[in-house]
Amino acid sequence: MPIVHEPVTSCEDSFGHPAPDVLALEVQGLHFTYPDGHVALRGISLQVRCGEKVALVGPNGAGKSTLLLHLNGLLNGGQGNIRVMGMPVIAPNLPLIRARVGLVFQNPDDQLFSPTVYEDVAFGPLHMGLPEEEVRRRVAYALTQVGMAQYADRLSYHLSMGEKKRVAIATVLSMHPDILVLDEPSAGLDPRARRGLINLLRALPITMLASTHDMLMVRDLFPRTVIMDEGRIVADGPTEELLEQRDLLEAHGLEKL
Amino acid sequence: MDTAMLSHIWKEVTTARMHIPDGFLSLPVALAFWVISAGLLAIAARRTQQQLGERQIPLMGVMAAFIFAAQMINFPVAGGTSGHLLGGVLAAIMLGPWAGMLVMACVIIVQGLLFQDGGLLVMGANIFNMGLLTAALGSLYHGLAGRQSKGVRLVVAGVLAWLSVIAGALFTALQLGFSGTSPFAIVVPAMLGVHVLIGIGEGLITMAALAFVMQVRPDLVSVEAVRAGGGRSWVVAGLLIALVVAVLSPIASADPDGLERVAIDMGFEEIAAAPPYEVLPDYVVPLLGETPVSTIAAGVLGVLVVAAVAIIVGRLLRQRAAIT
Amino acid sequence: MLEGLLDRYLNRASFVHDLDPRVKVVNAFLFILSVVLLPDGAWIAYFLGWCAILAVALLARVGAGFVLRGSLVAFPFALVAITLVFTLPGRPLLTLQLGTWELSASDAGLVRFTSILARSWLSVQAAILLTATTRSPDLLHALRHLRVPGLLVTILSFMIRYLYVLVDETTRLLRARQARSAWSAQGKGGGSLFWRARVAGNMTGQLFLRSLERSDRIYNAMLARGFRSQFVTINPHMMRRRDWVAGGLGICVLLLLQFVAHFVS
Repeated sequence: MPIVHEPVTSCEDSFGHPAPDVLALEVQGLHFTYPDGHVALRGISLQVRCGEKVALVGPNGAGKSTLLLHLNGLLNGGQGNIRVMGMPVIAPNLPLIRARVGLVFQNPDDQLFSPTVYEDVAFGPLHMGLPEEEVRRRVAYALTQVGMAQYADRLSYHLSMGEKKRVAIATVLSMHPDILVLDEPSAGLDPRARRGLINLLRALPITMLASTHDMLMVRDLFPRTVIMDEGRIVADGPTEELLEQRDLLEAHGLEKL
Repeated sequence: MDTAMLSHIWKEVTTARMHIPDGFLSLPVALAFWVISAGLLAIAARRTQQQLGERQIPLMGVMAAFIFAAQMINFPVAGGTSGHLLGGVLAAIMLGPWAGMLVMACVIIVQGLLFQDGGLLVMGANIFNMGLLTAALGSLYHGLAGRQSKGVRLVVAGVLAWLSVIAGALFTALQLGFSGTSPFAIVVPAMLGVHVLIGIGEGLITMAALAFVMQVRPDLVSVEAVRAGGGRSWVVAGLLIALVVAVLSPIASADPDGLERVAIDMGFEEIAAAPPYEVLPDYVVPLLGETPVSTIAAGVLGVLVVAAVAIIVGRLLRQRAAIT
Repeated sequence: MLEGLLDRYLNRASFVHDLDPRVKVVNAFLFILSVVLLPDGAWIAYFLGWCAILAVALLARVGAGFVLRGSLVAFPFALVAITLVFTLPGRPLLTLQLGTWELSASDAGLVRFTSILARSWLSVQAAILLTATTRSPDLLHALRHLRVPGLLVTILSFMIRYLYVLVDETTRLLRARQARSAWSAQGKGGGSLFWRARVAGNMTGQLFLRSLERSDRIYNAMLARGFRSQFVTINPHMMRRRDWVAGGLGICVLLLLQFVAHFVS
């Protein structure tokens, strides 16, 4: 498999320090129509810089999940361009892009298809063909970051919802992604698990884009918010300012806190 | 022909999905397998209703949908080919032989009826090849390995799954041969050759799926859990296996040019000239000739007769047991 | 992933859609039977059969293109029959030299091969028309009336109900695997064959357990609503005069096909 492009940029400068001005994600004029004729995206343009934590809100059917699936090339074929760390998201680059963009699905059961926690977290590194020593190191690192280190040998099937969510995040952290993309991270969690997850996401030193309906989490966690409706971005700005605009929120099926 | 079509053909050829479309089997062959499949399904339906409660009905429906969906799960092998699951052995191990047969039959009925994956007139043959035969092989699992260690059980399941694909391919090839759609000498070795390899994928996925369930929900695959499906179903399972052996043995034991002789003895002119609308084409009638094909046919018939007798005797014995 | 899995039923109001499903099932089956009975090289009868397909497609407002596209599914299987062209004895048409090997295509072989393809192609189109004009619940109801064992039909009903649910679930599983199927920057990746097979098996096992739990929930929900092992429908499925006429007409066409094939030309 020829890899035609290397990551053009990095979220770290040559000394290993964070480089906040670098564009991690760049979407230009993205359109997408599903095969059944449903138009999901009508011209999305979005830029996310290294280290930013961005919330993506909007009613069901706004196109949030469709956009997220585009970010590592699971959906494609519409108009427009996407770049991840400077690399265009096109077929020959996908094997590399999938390590750069860590996609955490809404239902952790879809993500956890191995019997044990360890095997699931090791899937990504193993698929990348990393040496065993490195795989073990990365699994330990990822599980520690989500606070599940002592769960490595447990069966994913028997974990609680909150634990599954954490492991699901670990399954992509073990690939050392540049961007973490989460679909409805707090859905289905009880208050304590939700609080734990928010604290975890806040502590993770990584660029983040998350779709959600949880406006409390948006206020707590994401300095920047993007509102989507009917396949378009209708607002994009600092969370504090957007959450004050009752008319804007209500026009797009959201509620002011 | 565009690339999409070519890749579709490639995919079909390199997976275990051997759904025969209508038009590729002659009427006698198609109808004969409708009769065999309908008979076996009737037995399976009665058994399932006796052994399992009302609860099993949604279970079997969802399981049929599961097998259908699981057939989508693939893994890349090499050169653009991928391994797929057919699922007959897995279904029989998880649900017991009779329920497994019903579930597999439903999968093939829906594929033919709603998705044109396999024909309607030839559905009996498809149900037999990919459903009944595979589930019957799967039902050997509990007898062979039920009380063995986990490793042995997995290997037995894997080998049975591998064999099930080969057996299905063999019957597909024989049906095509008897229908005059493809010469035995070509279609039998070609189908077997390809499916000996494709079957490995089936074996690996079946083993891994079973290992997953053993690890996560061992209660579901313990000896006790599947007892419900055991018992006399053995007779049929064993006989179906015997059927396969009966078909295989003349081929295996024939001298090296045996297959060529099949072709010559069959006489291609006859097939070509034989009007396919005759109910019993010439070449089926003289079963007692001394060609390997008639040996096979005789073997198959013999096993079917034995099967019928065994089932009847089994039922009589059971009724007597019930009285006393 | 889902291409080809989309429901083939076309939501149109037409005479054909409105027919009793039993008539359609029986006629489609008899049509296929009749086509299979046509002898090799009965080109006129094949053509007439195709005209019948076109007429029904037109009447059902399904569109010949839709039927045609769908009918290509049978073609990969043609590979198994293509050897006939080279193995049936007859007048050689074309001889290919492959090294020391000589392949010669015969006229008899070509006629038989083309005839098999033509019959298969007509049969597939009939089946497509049946599915495109009949809703799956009606199809199942027809099967029940046609004396298919009730248990089987009930299992089929449950299966079709949950088919798309599980296909969606599988698609999400496959997607989640794909999202993490990355390669390292050195161009390595994919893992070993056994490991890949094991992952596929794990997904299968996962799907199995979820399906099992789902069926438990379904059963409880059924009990809660007083289900007694039979699906009922409000569609009475009465055979009306037009159903009889359509059925009879269909059979006449089939007889005509046989007559043409055996006695004309």
